[in-house]
Amino acid sequence: MTGFHLAQVNVGRIVAPIDSPELASFVEQLPAVNELAEQSPGFVWRLVDDSGADATMLRPEDTDDLLLINCSVWESVEALRAYVYRSDHLRVLSRRREWFTRMTEPHAVLWWVPAGHRPTVGEAMERLALLRERGEGPEAFTFRDPHPAPASAGR
Amino acid sequence: MTDEDDALTALGTLGDPVRRGLYRFVAAAPAEVGRDAAAEAVGISRALAAFHLDKLVEAGLLEVAFRRLSGRTGPGAGRPAKVYRRAGREHAVSMPPRSYDTAAGLLAETVEQAGLDHALQSAARARGAAQAPQGDPVAALRARGYEPCPDGEDETVTRLRNCPFHALAQEFPALVCGMNLALIEGLLAAGASASPESRGWSAEMSPGPDGCCVALRRIAPGDL
Repeated sequence: MTGFHLAQVNVGRIVAPIDSPELASFVEQLPAVNELAEQSPGFVWRLVDDSGADATMLRPEDTDDLLLINCSVWESVEALRAYVYRSDHLRVLSRRREWFTRMTEPHAVLWWVPAGHRPTVGEAMERLALLRERGEGPEAFTFRDPHPAPASAGR
Repeated sequence: MTDEDDALTALGTLGDPVRRGLYRFVAAAPAEVGRDAAAEAVGISRALAAFHLDKLVEAGLLEVAFRRLSGRTGPGAGRPAKVYRRAGREHAVSMPPRSYDTAAGLLAETVEQAGLDHALQSAARARGAAQAPQGDPVAALRARGYEPCPDGEDETVTRLRNCPFHALAQEFPALVCGMNLALIEGLLAAGASASPESRGWSAEMSPGPDGCCVALRRIAPGDL
């Protein structure tokens, strides 16, 4: 146990409003995908809106009604990777372009948080901004080049 | 040694038909293989099998582990036996030198950045359909290197132990796995309309810890 957990955030711009027919097949799959995440080894926490079910009502940028945010915390990079790419989540992921437009700038970032910490939307967006401005580093990185957790206090 | 020398040494080891037989047996086995089983499979003595298996390990084609095959544990369970499995490392060599993986990686990165998942899936579905098998689709996927094997739990499911696009799928999972599913779906659909014995299969995204992310499901005749 390192005393640090891995936080992730990704944002995505939906092709039409969340309650539109275009997004229906996405919304339909959300409960199962979220449940799968919660049951996956190494899952710690995920961001939800006031509904308590998912984060589809949150808008990380005031001026963008179609930008959704997804933020969660995991025990390790491996745990998150296994859920994202080696579980039934991949079914949904491989259909991403049916529901989300492509983003020209980085839209997903990873960083380490002290175990027990719950990132806010503002904090998550700051990490994304950091990645966009400075590229990958220990404070903001991606699956392509994961950085190790900081050494625990007292070492 | 250069990478090319490495690859040639490894692949040269497979020039011997006995070794090739042993390698194929171990690679195709769903679990690690002991010397006895390997010897029996290719019809040679245990000592000869051990010699050739270790040559394959030296060449980097197989890996070794130690396991108690009796299933007993603790004192008195006996010495763990040497067991073999296929090594994860890839060996590729091309004469004259070709670098299709570099091109594939660059193309995938561009397709990813351009958000062309849908176009790629359409192209893959069409390619799968154009290569549709006459006959058993499982055999067709075996011939393409997917290494189909029965699922341990669900007898209607066939898993694909090998991902033919492994390195690319690691780097661009959503893109490449989506492409692969469309490719197999195209192959199954066109095969089913071309020949009766190809009917009754569907493909689904069902990734496990390793291997191909797609599984085949046998559809009950009543559901067709």
